[in-house]
Amino acid sequence: MSREIDEKDPRFKVANREALIGVGLVILNFLWWYGFAYGLGSRPVEEYTYVLGMPAWFFYSCVAGFIVMAVLVAVVVKSFFKDMPFDDPEPDKTGKDGAEEDAE
Amino acid sequence: MNWSVVIPLIIFLISIFAVGFWSSRYLRKTNNFLQEYFLGSRELGGFILAMTMIATYGSASSFIGGPGAAYTQGLGWVLLAMAQVATGYFVLMVLGKKFAIYARKYKAVTLIDFLRKRYGESKWVVFIAAFSIIVFLFSAMVAQWVGGARLIESLTGLSYTSALFIFAVAVLLYVIIGGFRAVALTDTIQGVVMFFGTLIILIGTIIAGGGISNIMSDLAAENPNLITPFGHDGGLTPAYVSSFWILVGVGVLALPQVAVRAMSYRDAKSMHRALIIGTIVVGFIMLGMHLIGVFARPIMPGVDVPDSVMPMITMEVLPPWLAGIVLAAPMAAIMSTVDSLLLIVSSAVVKDVYLNYMNPEATDKKVRQISFGVTSVLGILIFAAALSPPDLLIWMNLFAFGGLQAAFIWPVVMGLYWSKANQYGAIASMLAGIGSYAVIHNVQPNIFGVHTVVMPVLLSLIVFVSASLLTRHKTGNKWGV
Repeated sequence: MSREIDEKDPRFKVANREALIGVGLVILNFLWWYGFAYGLGSRPVEEYTYVLGMPAWFFYSCVAGFIVMAVLVAVVVKSFFKDMPFDDPEPDKTGKDGAEEDAE
Repeated sequence: MNWSVVIPLIIFLISIFAVGFWSSRYLRKTNNFLQEYFLGSRELGGFILAMTMIATYGSASSFIGGPGAAYTQGLGWVLLAMAQVATGYFVLMVLGKKFAIYARKYKAVTLIDFLRKRYGESKWVVFIAAFSIIVFLFSAMVAQWVGGARLIESLTGLSYTSALFIFAVAVLLYVIIGGFRAVALTDTIQGVVMFFGTLIILIGTIIAGGGISNIMSDLAAENPNLITPFGHDGGLTPAYVSSFWILVGVGVLALPQVAVRAMSYRDAKSMHRALIIGTIVVGFIMLGMHLIGVFARPIMPGVDVPDSVMPMITMEVLPPWLAGIVLAAPMAAIMSTVDSLLLIVSSAVVKDVYLNYMNPEATDKKVRQISFGVTSVLGILIFAAALSPPDLLIWMNLFAFGGLQAAFIWPVVMGLYWSKANQYGAIASMLAGIGSYAVIHNVQPNIFGVHTVVMPVLLSLIVFVSASLLTRHKTGNKWGV
């Protein structure tokens, strides 16, 4: 059990940044969701406006919010997330865990 | 019996079995039984990873309880459910690559393996973690089995006991013979069924209700509160609804059945794909399913048992043959959750308790026998417990998940990102989390107007940090390995 975790592993720097991006996205997601839902939805029902048949608060918060997040996640992943190997580079590990996938 | 509904269900079950048998070939061939049975040898690609995460997480509560609650509460409940979009990206981004690297370094097969290695082989960490997984997920599974059996009961007209029996045999068979690979692959089929099922029922419901505008004015005419964010009686406060961002949003990363998937993928590319696919699919299913619940109200007013809204609206708005096909969706949701839970609880018993402390020298053959045996015995126990079913399964489900989140969120997150985290912090935080959850749940649920889960999660964070800092001198190597 002497597999040391090397805190200076350069992969961790990337991993930490990506985790922070996740936190940032969820905060943005929450603010969008909360802002539209309670910003527009707290008015009296008679003053509601409608988009595609749905109350505007619901459309912007839940429908548009979901689409915005899906697009944002795709953009962020494509442009900021880095490919990296997960296994250790040492040669002694190859073939030890997760046997090669053989198609049929 | 309604054969046009039953036949598609039978076909669905048979294809699930076929996948189980196909996967069992990998189990026979493998030279590392544990890695294959409980983790599919870390070979999941992006699409399968996304689908298995969603299918595991999207359970009876999203397909039966959720739409039922939306039927009662109106759009406010859909708003609440949309907190789940976050699970699509947050879990994988935050556990992310660090967890994948750690799991490989530690050769971890279960979440508890990770905790054990990260926290210096602490027996107490393993004991508390295994105990809470077994107790909490057992009760969650009972709720899910009840949901599955109820669904079969309502579709086929069989008695509850026979329905439960069919469900139990169906799930046990492919989990026992196929392990994690079978679970992940069947989850993928089930996820696809859930996605298209949601789409078809949603379209059918909108047409039956005469369009969205029409449905909205019917709802507003019945009770204007139904189209506000505040629930049918104004009881859904912003604080309460927002607190679900912890329970069904960010806290989900601490659920063992979800976290274990974050160590099962093949490479970074798979993870990237899963992030995009997962967000889209989970968002669509959650939005669609809960909207169906709301839209069903003007079409079918006065349903007394909210849990039956989903199957009833499907049979109401779709032709029977199509209803049979899409009703496989909630069935799929339940099965895909149950199979993962079953495997997680088995792994806690076999890998974390038996192999760690009872018989570390067990041969591969012995491990196989024990794994099959434990999974079968668990199945029988759950069957027995599910024979006398409780009523509103969504709450039971949420109790189990909330308790696990309070227990695991900080040991996992801090274990990955805070170098000073140590076993004393982890033990104290798990005990504080579970203990305070149990107390608050029983004494004063939804204390301060937020869901029960919030306070235990905050408390366990404070306890974790203080205990780790106070015991700093006790652990020499700060990574505890």
